[in-house]
Amino acid sequence: MAINYLYPDYEVIRNQQRCINCRVCERQCANEVHRYDEELKMMVSDESKCVNCHRCVALCPTRALKIVKTDNTFKENANWTGEAITDVYRQAGTGGVLLASMGTPKNYPVYWDRMLINASQVTNPSIDPLREPMETTTFLGQKSAKIRRNPDGSINTKTTPQLKLSVPVMFSAMSYGSISYNAHKSLALAAQKLGIFYNTGEGGLHEDFYQYGPNTIVQVASGRFGVHPGYLKAGAAIEIKMGQGAKPGIGGHLPGAKIVGDVSKTRMIPQGTDAISPAPHHDIYSIEDLRQLVFMLKEATNYEKPVIVKIAAVHNISAIASGVARSGADIIAIDGFRGGTGAAPARTRDNVGIPIELALASVDRRLREEGIRNNVSIVIGGSIRNSADIVKAIALGADAVYVATSALIALGCHLCRTCHLGKCNWGIATQRPDLVKRLNPEVGSERLVNLINAWNHEIKEMMGGMGINSIEALRGNRLMLRGIGLTEKELQILGILHAGE
Amino acid sequence: MKYVIIGNSIASVGCIEGIRKTDKAGSITVIGEEPYRTYCRPLISYLLMGRTTEEKMSYRDDQFYVENMVTCITGKQATKVDPKQKLVALEDGSTVPYDKLLVATGSRPFVPPMVGMDRIRKKFSFMTLDDAKALEQSLTKQSRVLIVGAGLIGLKCAEGILDRVKSITVVDLAPRILPSILDETGSELVRKWLEDRGLVFHLADSVAEFLDDTALLKSGTVVPYDVVVLAVGVRPNTELLKDAGAEVGKGIKIDDHCATTIPDIYAAGDCTESHDITIDQDRILALLPNAFMQGECAGSNMAGQEALFDKAIPMNAIGFFGLHVITAGSYIGDDRLYQSRNGYKRLFIQDGLLKGYILVGDTVSRAGIYTSLIRNKTPLEDIDFELICASPQLMAFARKDRAAKLGGVQ
Amino acid sequence: MKRVYVNEQWCLGCHLCEYFCAFANSGQSDMARALKDAVIRPRIKVEEHDGISFAVNCRHCTEPLCVKSCIAGALSVKDGLIVIDQDKCVGCFSCIMSCPFGALMPSDTGVMQKCELCTSNSAGKPACVQGCPNRAIVFEER
Repeated sequence: MAINYLYPDYEVIRNQQRCINCRVCERQCANEVHRYDEELKMMVSDESKCVNCHRCVALCPTRALKIVKTDNTFKENANWTGEAITDVYRQAGTGGVLLASMGTPKNYPVYWDRMLINASQVTNPSIDPLREPMETTTFLGQKSAKIRRNPDGSINTKTTPQLKLSVPVMFSAMSYGSISYNAHKSLALAAQKLGIFYNTGEGGLHEDFYQYGPNTIVQVASGRFGVHPGYLKAGAAIEIKMGQGAKPGIGGHLPGAKIVGDVSKTRMIPQGTDAISPAPHHDIYSIEDLRQLVFMLKEATNYEKPVIVKIAAVHNISAIASGVARSGADIIAIDGFRGGTGAAPARTRDNVGIPIELALASVDRRLREEGIRNNVSIVIGGSIRNSADIVKAIALGADAVYVATSALIALGCHLCRTCHLGKCNWGIATQRPDLVKRLNPEVGSERLVNLINAWNHEIKEMMGGMGINSIEALRGNRLMLRGIGLTEKELQILGILHAGE
Repeated sequence: MKYVIIGNSIASVGCIEGIRKTDKAGSITVIGEEPYRTYCRPLISYLLMGRTTEEKMSYRDDQFYVENMVTCITGKQATKVDPKQKLVALEDGSTVPYDKLLVATGSRPFVPPMVGMDRIRKKFSFMTLDDAKALEQSLTKQSRVLIVGAGLIGLKCAEGILDRVKSITVVDLAPRILPSILDETGSELVRKWLEDRGLVFHLADSVAEFLDDTALLKSGTVVPYDVVVLAVGVRPNTELLKDAGAEVGKGIKIDDHCATTIPDIYAAGDCTESHDITIDQDRILALLPNAFMQGECAGSNMAGQEALFDKAIPMNAIGFFGLHVITAGSYIGDDRLYQSRNGYKRLFIQDGLLKGYILVGDTVSRAGIYTSLIRNKTPLEDIDFELICASPQLMAFARKDRAAKLGGVQ
Repeated sequence: MKRVYVNEQWCLGCHLCEYFCAFANSGQSDMARALKDAVIRPRIKVEEHDGISFAVNCRHCTEPLCVKSCIAGALSVKDGLIVIDQDKCVGCFSCIMSCPFGALMPSDTGVMQKCELCTSNSAGKPACVQGCPNRAIVFEER
């Protein structure tokens, strides 16, 4: 190209004193940034191809590499930022929709970081989690509002099917195709070890993973990829995907280049065809249609499995949730606008949807007001980054949380946000066998187990600090939260007081 | 149980280790002709070169004999074996009784009759440590050395002494050097390498007559000399057992348990005939690895634990001034020649098996992989032929074989 | 006895095992300094072809052919570990001729070298295992 509109975002800085020419960077970069120059007898780098995934940085045995943001800058402009300008160059050059991966990086307020957690002192003693029993086990499903008795007077303890979680965390939906076989295996193994669940996403369930069925949530998305009777029976629960937080209102898209081998077989579509999930389910145009699908799935699985309905957090989320709670679903999963994705149009990802904190608070309050909160459990996702976010989420009313980005980061993801290119250097968002190899499920599942165990300990610490010893007592306990730096309106929607009150 | 071993070199040590694997109590007596600690004869040229010392070159240290409770009688030759009385008689008249006997008497240099040999004042063989010491004593910076024999021993001797003498001339009846292990290409290559370092060769020639300080070659060339080293060949020491009534061919006949035809008497090492599996024939394989493994096998059987040694093949690893040569097996069947940067490689294939190889120069790397193909008679159709011809590599083996090799205990 | 085992399913052909081996045996404490501008001679070597790769080092065989072929008695077995006394080695290449895994090779000084499971260098535990980024190389009993 004669005019270079797009200057590389990053520069590769190599400390030649520390570089031992071992060529690991060259061998491990799928974007072919590094090269050994025989004549100069040193490593050289072409930063135009660098996506800042840090694979080379992390593997360099002498820490000779670092990736820095280029200091080639546009004139400072608060409105026309360098990125805004570059986006116009890109579209002027390609005429195409800008694609993006992972959650939106835009500078919207993070409400988790504006809420503070309580601790006990003097009047209400805190509990030491090392010495007292702490219950982080929780059950997801319909709960009865009243105590029911049998004819003989004993309490009727029969419940609708429930999901038992040892920790109130589950791995959220990531399809096989958008992520690799080894990534799925790591999630499945970890879910099994931890006593929680992982979600197949809309790519179907690979036959090798049926053995992890008791810890699997199988998803039925609008494209119905990979859905057959065996699939439904294999999982512990079925999730109907109505929407996704990162791209509300549109369907999924996996390019034909990634539909190869087992991915094609598991999705039940021919190799090389684009896997496009339509925006709506074409058999669901009203809440009654949703109810019909929910019960069809329950019939097909003999009413043995809970049905989850996943919706994206949008403006009228409360009304939608209210409808879903009356549709016979056992669990509502709400996905906030910061949720991740393998590939989505950048404008949709960055501008559509609302924060999960506000969505959760609204839905919880609305369902309580309508007296139907017990009809469903609420699971939320859309950027849960640490155990404090989890505690706050539960205090706002969630029964459990879904994590996906955190799980991928535990597996090695560096959030370089180029998943849609299919050359993930960490073996996560790719189908290239030489790259998928890089994620050893033995190592991956260990890291996931470590992460969730660590969070579990921290949750217990924070609960103990509040004087609470079970998740049940934390759920919806808005008094345990105070806002900081929030407006009246935000406090009102969240249903919490301001710090100091 | 009384174990007696005649011989104090490689096969002897192998036998001790073989016995002690199962029998920790029986007495072991070693009778060694040479008055030294056990050592491996090929090291004498390295001693002269300065790459080892008399102390370092012992094959096992004294501790080895103490730990294994071995009694050593050194500096005495065994003169007779009486299988009926089960006695070994020594040169000083004493006798050593045995229950199980191993004969590991090795070989001795063959000294052919040559005209004028008695006129040579400084004449040496190059077999034992004593030979090396005597040779060393006689050499000065002015010495002109004449070596008769351009085989393994003669050329290693040349390498060992080149730095301390004025000149070395090598004479051999054969038209090329190292004829027992190399083909013409290899002989050429190694000869040029040695000539570049100053050796002079007279091949397809022989000494017609020795005079006081010159040798007259059949070709007419006159070679002045101060010291003569005779490295024409070796003969296995089979007399002891031949006289005792054992079957002896070119060497002492043994089966694959290393037993001779006399009950309770075993033999191992350079004095025996082994079964060369590459040509399915018995022949003398005077090679260190074979000597050790035969000794070990004999020892095991002597102690009552059955063992077999049925993988004997010829093999040689030898180097001269940094140029290495590794050869193994027999040069039969179809051969494939591959040139390399500073050498070459020749592979011999017959009946779908690798039968032999010649590696010279940079191709010697990882030769053991080829050796194992020959020893194990691995069908070449079970591995990737192109890859294995390109270089010795485990990649040529099937995935499950690789998994067994790298993922299991070997 | 614990040995080093390689699983080719996870080997990425990154060669880090080779560099960590060379560093562990360099006697120095800083990797950059030890290996800068150096031609490395690791005791573990990667074979790669057509997308398959794996590293090969001494298997510490229970019946070691190298020990049985050594003319100098430089190779010996110590509690199951095959070690080489580089002082006794004369560089005859007999072990190279015998090892069915091609695990021995000449060192910088001309005498032979081989993996000794980092028992006699500064690493303490096999450096190749510590350097492998994908757990393709493990150190365990089997």
